[in-house]
Amino acid sequence: MAGMSIDAAPLRQSQANKSTSFIAISGLSKTFATLQGDRIEALIDINVAISAGSFATIVGPSGCGKSTLLRILAGLIPASAGSVEIAGQKVAGPRKDIGMVFQSSILLPWRTVLDNVMLPAEILGIPRDRARSRAQELLRMVHLEGFDNKYPQELSGGMQQRASIARALLHDPAILLMDEPFGALDAMTREQMNLELQRIWQESGKTVILVTHSIPEAVFLGDDVLVMTPRPGRLAQVLPVALPRPRGLDGMATPEFGALTREIRLLLQQKGTLD
Amino acid sequence: MAEIAAPKAAERPRNGRWRARLAARPEIILSPILLVLVLLIWEWGVRLFQVPSYMLPRVSNVLFGLYQGFAISPFSRGGYWLNGGVTLLEVLLGFIIGSSIGLILGIVISQIRILDATLRPYIVAFQCLPKVAIAPIIIMWFGYDISSKVVMVALLTFFPLLVNSMAGFHGVDLDRIELLRSLSASRWQIFWKVKFLSALPFIFAGLDIAAIFAVVGAIVGEFVGAQLGLGVQILSMNAQMDTAGSFSVCIVLAVMGLLLNSAIRGVQRRVLFWAPSETSQRAINV
Repeated sequence: MAGMSIDAAPLRQSQANKSTSFIAISGLSKTFATLQGDRIEALIDINVAISAGSFATIVGPSGCGKSTLLRILAGLIPASAGSVEIAGQKVAGPRKDIGMVFQSSILLPWRTVLDNVMLPAEILGIPRDRARSRAQELLRMVHLEGFDNKYPQELSGGMQQRASIARALLHDPAILLMDEPFGALDAMTREQMNLELQRIWQESGKTVILVTHSIPEAVFLGDDVLVMTPRPGRLAQVLPVALPRPRGLDGMATPEFGALTREIRLLLQQKGTLD
Repeated sequence: MAEIAAPKAAERPRNGRWRARLAARPEIILSPILLVLVLLIWEWGVRLFQVPSYMLPRVSNVLFGLYQGFAISPFSRGGYWLNGGVTLLEVLLGFIIGSSIGLILGIVISQIRILDATLRPYIVAFQCLPKVAIAPIIIMWFGYDISSKVVMVALLTFFPLLVNSMAGFHGVDLDRIELLRSLSASRWQIFWKVKFLSALPFIFAGLDIAAIFAVVGAIVGEFVGAQLGLGVQILSMNAQMDTAGSFSVCIVLAVMGLLLNSAIRGVQRRVLFWAPSETSQRAINV
């Protein structure tokens, strides 16, 4: 049941400094206690290694613990057992080398888009002018140029999510954690955002871990797909995706793509989660 | 007589715009017309039915009383300048003191869970007590001068701010807090960057209520025991059966309350430009 270690990573291009972080998850378990005193095993014995600069996707049905796993990686909640090491350092709390994107963009409505993107700089003490120029550069990168002084309410859902991605990259974290970032968007916007994200990842060279409940999205984006099953949350298997980069939406119609999605679906059916 | 040249460019479109505005929002004309109608019916009705002036005075008498009150020297004890000034001072001082303390305590209590849980039953109990019932005691403690009225107003403005700010700080979006936590923000940073601003709509709702209560508090305090103020004037006019005078004082009070309310709403509009309007009008009754 434990996942395989991923050492070999397919070639990928990156202009910026290649991040050197390396994520090692060993024996990770998480148990929650309910108000009634029952114990819920959200995660059991997760073992996986993610190499620097790769794109890992985590897919599974609701309740399989994937969001919990991501939050443990981010240092937002502590593990019950086991450990997470980033570049050899144990994760003990929120870290400055991680940027996080949530399902809703959580842009503060009283701030302009630019001020929202600069939020991490205020918290981490990055000088304002450096933060401003970086924020503007990031807004350009996510194709939101010219929206600096607009307020979040004036942006569409997809644009808000792009702004939140820019915000997550402001402090130049080595790792980007994304929790179903496109779940609230319509299907067409979602496909566009997948392409955008692939481009942003290739340009920035970050390590990305993305949680999704969409099997095609997981295969499209990931170098490796971590398949999780619920009750209790386990890592059923890690599937490497050897499709060539950069991937286009047409690639989703190829037999190789279909084989991968079928394999994942079978895996989830075997574990009794899909009908 | 100078001939009027062709209307200037700025004036020409204005006539057309006025008509358009009127068509879209007829209430601009209708509201004043309603007022005039009511006043006419009032004046005419009083004359027709020969209503005694101590019950319902004529509009003209009320307006005259209003004029008299302001025409008198500013320092006269019978004038509206001095008394209005005293009442306004009581309202403003009490409002600032009471709402500040209410806000600060609301912040402190909501952030410290054990304080919140321990004090809550007492806060609820005090809310149910009509604070104006304590007015005689406050007069006894603080005397007939202005301080007792300031205390009264402060007491009445304290509770809406306390209750509303506590509600505001409890209702903070957990997502936003999690976002800041993921950036390794400190508790202080989370408070100022997210919690406080998220609670502002509630705080302003509290200020709106407090403004109304402030004027009530000042007047009730003056009714119970005071030497100066518009409430004192109402009482003395009552004793003299000068109902027209009483009505005119009420007009002054209404304007005072309106100005206070408009000031708060004005600030609210600028500060809370981002909040949906239902949120900023949410009110919790004291």
